[in-house]
Amino acid sequence: MAAERALAPTARSLKLTAIGTAAGLFSGLFGVGGGTVIVPLLVLWLAYDERVATGTSLAAIVFVAAFAAATQGLYGNVNLRDAALVGGPAVVGVVLGAALQQRVGSRAISALFALALVASAVELVLK
Amino acid sequence: MIGTIAAGLAGGVVAGMLGVGGGVVFVPALVLFMNLSQHHAEATSLLAIIPVALVGAYRQDRYGNVRRTDALLLGCLSIAGAVAGVALANALSGAVLRDLFAALMVFVAAQLLRRTQRESAQARKRGERML
Repeated sequence: MAAERALAPTARSLKLTAIGTAAGLFSGLFGVGGGTVIVPLLVLWLAYDERVATGTSLAAIVFVAAFAAATQGLYGNVNLRDAALVGGPAVVGVVLGAALQQRVGSRAISALFALALVASAVELVLK
Repeated sequence: MIGTIAAGLAGGVVAGMLGVGGGVVFVPALVLFMNLSQHHAEATSLLAIIPVALVGAYRQDRYGNVRRTDALLLGCLSIAGAVAGVALANALSGAVLRDLFAALMVFVAAQLLRRTQRESAQARKRGERML
C-alpha cells in the first residue's frame, strides 16, 4: 500500500514495537494470544485490511504465546495434560471453523458467542 | 473432562470462524471444568494456543492473508511485554486476576458485537439479508 510505504521506517518500527509489546503484556497477563489488541491496532495504525490483520495476528500469536508460555513454565504454572486436552480438540475445531466460515454467515454466530462470553464471565466471577 | 474437550473444540471453531476465541474460551473452561486456579488456567491456555494459532496461520497464509515479515517482527518484539505480563499476572492474587479476566471477556464480547453491527450495516448497503 502506497500510504504505508510513505511512512518513515522508524515510525513503522515504533508502531510494530508498541503493538508487539502491548500484545505480549496482554498475552502474559491474561493467558490469551493477544489478537484482541493486535488486530484493531494493525487496522488503526498500519491501515491493515481486517482479514489480513487477522491472518497476520494469528502468525504473530504463535511467537507471543510461545514466549508467554515459556515464562509461565518457569513459574511452574503450565499443566501439560490439560493443555493437550484443550489444545488437541481446538486444532480440529479451528480447521472446522475455517471451513464453516466459507459456508455460513458468521454474524449470528458472533452475537451468540458474545452472549456466551458474558454468561461465562458472570459464572467465573461468581464461582 | 468432557466439558474441557468440548470447550477446546468450540474455542477452535470460533477461532477459525471469527478470528477470536482461543484463550478467551480456554481459560474459563479450564477454571470451570478442570478446577484449575486462574494462574494455572492462564499458563495452560498459552500452551494450548500455540498449535491452534500455528494451524490457523498456515491456513490464512494460503489465502494470502499473512504479512510474514510483520508477523515475525510483531512476534519477536513481544518478548519483553510477554515476560512482564506473566510477571504481573504472578504478582496478582487469583481473585484479582479472575476479575480482570472476566472484564476482558466482556470487552471481547463488546468488540465482537461492534464488529457484527458494522458488518450488518455493510451488508444492508449491499442489499443482503441478515444471515
